[in-house]
Amino acid sequence: MKLTIERAALLKALGHVQAVVERRNTIPILSNVLINANGQHMRLTATDLDTEIVEEAPAHVERAGIVTAPAHTLYEIARKLPEGADVTLQMAGDDPRLQLSAGRSRFNLPALPAGDFPVMPTEDLATSFSLPAASFARLIDKTRFAISTEETRYYLNGIHLHAAERDGRKTLRAVATDGHRLALAETDLPSGAEGMPAVIVPRKPIQELRRLLEDVDDDIRVQVSEGKIRFELGAAVLTSKLIDGTFPDYERVIPRGNDKIMKVDRAPFAQAVDRVATISQEKSRSIKLTVSDSTLVLAVNNPESGTASEELHADYASDEIVIGFNARYLLDVAAQIAGDEAMFEFADSGSPTRVTDSGDPDAEYVLMPLRV
Amino acid sequence: MSGYCRTCFEPAHPPRCGACGSRKVFAHDELDRLSIAHIDCDAFYASIEKRDDPSLANQPVIIGGGKRGVVATACYVARLHGVRSAMPMFKALKACPDAVVIRPRMAVYTAEGKRIRQMMEDVTPAVEPLSIDEAFLDLTGTQRLHGSPPSVTLMKLAARIKAEVGVTVSVGLSYNKFLAKTASELDKPDGFSVIGQAEAADFLRPRPVGSVFGVGPAFAATLNRDGLKTLGDVIARGEEALVRRHGPSGARLWRLAQGIDNRPVARDGERKSVSAETTFFDDVAAHDELERRLWPLCVRVADRMKAQGIAGRVVTLKLKTESFKSLTRRRTLSQPAQLADTLFRTGRELLRAEAKGPRYRLIGIGFSDLEPASGDARDLLDPDGPKRAAAERAMDKARARFGPSAVIKGRSLKDH
Repeated sequence: MKLTIERAALLKALGHVQAVVERRNTIPILSNVLINANGQHMRLTATDLDTEIVEEAPAHVERAGIVTAPAHTLYEIARKLPEGADVTLQMAGDDPRLQLSAGRSRFNLPALPAGDFPVMPTEDLATSFSLPAASFARLIDKTRFAISTEETRYYLNGIHLHAAERDGRKTLRAVATDGHRLALAETDLPSGAEGMPAVIVPRKPIQELRRLLEDVDDDIRVQVSEGKIRFELGAAVLTSKLIDGTFPDYERVIPRGNDKIMKVDRAPFAQAVDRVATISQEKSRSIKLTVSDSTLVLAVNNPESGTASEELHADYASDEIVIGFNARYLLDVAAQIAGDEAMFEFADSGSPTRVTDSGDPDAEYVLMPLRV
Repeated sequence: MSGYCRTCFEPAHPPRCGACGSRKVFAHDELDRLSIAHIDCDAFYASIEKRDDPSLANQPVIIGGGKRGVVATACYVARLHGVRSAMPMFKALKACPDAVVIRPRMAVYTAEGKRIRQMMEDVTPAVEPLSIDEAFLDLTGTQRLHGSPPSVTLMKLAARIKAEVGVTVSVGLSYNKFLAKTASELDKPDGFSVIGQAEAADFLRPRPVGSVFGVGPAFAATLNRDGLKTLGDVIARGEEALVRRHGPSGARLWRLAQGIDNRPVARDGERKSVSAETTFFDDVAAHDELERRLWPLCVRVADRMKAQGIAGRVVTLKLKTESFKSLTRRRTLSQPAQLADTLFRTGRELLRAEAKGPRYRLIGIGFSDLEPASGDARDLLDPDGPKRAAAERAMDKARARFGPSAVIKGRSLKDH
């Protein structure tokens, strides 16, 4: 194999695929990236056995060939090479090492045979649809903070992606919850997605996907089956296994009938929460909200580190309510509000509260109160 | 060389105290400079039983559970027959068939342990308890206060415990915790021993690796396989090689082997975990039966958690197979909990994966990563949770009023 590629192209492709490679691997070849030189390009493949990213980059291929080499090392080298350098990768003679040269730099890296590299079996992904990269990025951003890390309920360790219907309108909906908060975001259902299976996309590919979406402006193509999902984003293709489980019936826990409604300005609210939370207890980070006639008082009372309170203007006309929340959860939700105003719909101090966004009617959040 | 009489505390030199004539005289070059001590009660539970029933004085006494329990404490007479703590009872009785087996009276031991702890705290605020009958004491800077060097203060403390509680203790005095603990084991019972800076290295070198606290049989076996039998071997191997092979425990061992131990005596009264376990009369393999045995343990743990107003974030299930292999399975909860219901539900999940054939002789469960309780967890996806919590709280109230068996869950009964 021998190919020459521009440093920037190599760096971009490696940057995209190497992130999926685990830092520590018990199976040596999983630390490697598969390099396939053929025709006018090189194709890079990296995997952790659950998620695979493939990306093609234009290259001048002198001798076609296929080999694997340490992904993180290659990436580090590419990063440190001077801008504009031409990088040559080759396997020569009986040398089992991959030779990398650029300008006066020479590297010999341990290579492993491509035949041992685990490639995800291709299978028929029956449903296929396209949507703007920005729409999908939004679905991720608005929900991923609520993904659970609790291993017991593995079916919560991802985003539940499915076709749904709201007031007669068909949507593609993303939901995540950890039992303490729930986040839901939706967008018009792309054509072709009508019959898609309801799936749970695990946290890791979600993170990789979100990174890849940064570099894409056009539409992305999504293919999905019961067991796998594939995203085509520009030159990159990410394929991932799905969580084999049933997402709970989340609709049941979204309180859409709560009638005590508070509207607050998002930015001052988030800043005030952040300020008073400074002294809340590390673990529970409980913060008390007292809402009455046009005022919201945020208070923290911590036996060890003191007390804090702050008063804010709020649009509120119901009976006074006192309710506690985890400060972190309030901040997470506030960070997702796109509009100027956040709307809190309370029932009582022990029941779930629904939060909506004046700037994004297609997103909603549910927070479970803490005891205060 | 300084020396003192352990009976009248006057300066003295072996073989006899010039003041009172006692032979219990202790002298050592560094005696006035050392201030870190380890105090360990001698055969604590057994000593208490012998104190309360003088007819047992010269008999072998074993404190522990019934036929299937283990030895909690063996008195020194029983130890002569080879009985050791943590030995299964049937083995102990084989070694010493005449032993008087006494069921532990934990309440009594705890109360006496507290009295002893208080006496320690009268001497220094820096007391780090290791268990009910064992603690580290840092007496640095107490000389002016007590008008005597730490060694004499400790001798007086040992005498006071013997006079007021009626049990003997063994004292180890050195310049760090590791050596103090090592020292306290050198002269037991009713002992006093010292490891000074000058002799520490020579003293440690020939000792087996297994003598280091924290090196269990498995680690010791690995070390032996690697050709490391004594602490001298460990030092010779070098820190780098040990770390490469054993990670942080390698580094720790290398330091301890040279008598280096910089851990302060931490006044740490806080509990790290709350747990309960039971050994079965007959080994159990069946999942349902294990689950049934698990529930009362959960209630016991939860009762203690509630009494102390604490909640735990980590649930640990412990099982011991019929071949004495212990296994633990842990799970971190998303919110700290104290309820028996939560503990049982989590423990049951962990148990499910293990109750697949092997026969177990012991099951245990507990909470750790503790913090002050702040109400029961509420979970969007478990709408029945608050109902179950309320039911448990109501049962607690009934039990508090009418006794522990006033209300029990159906699952505690064999035929449900």
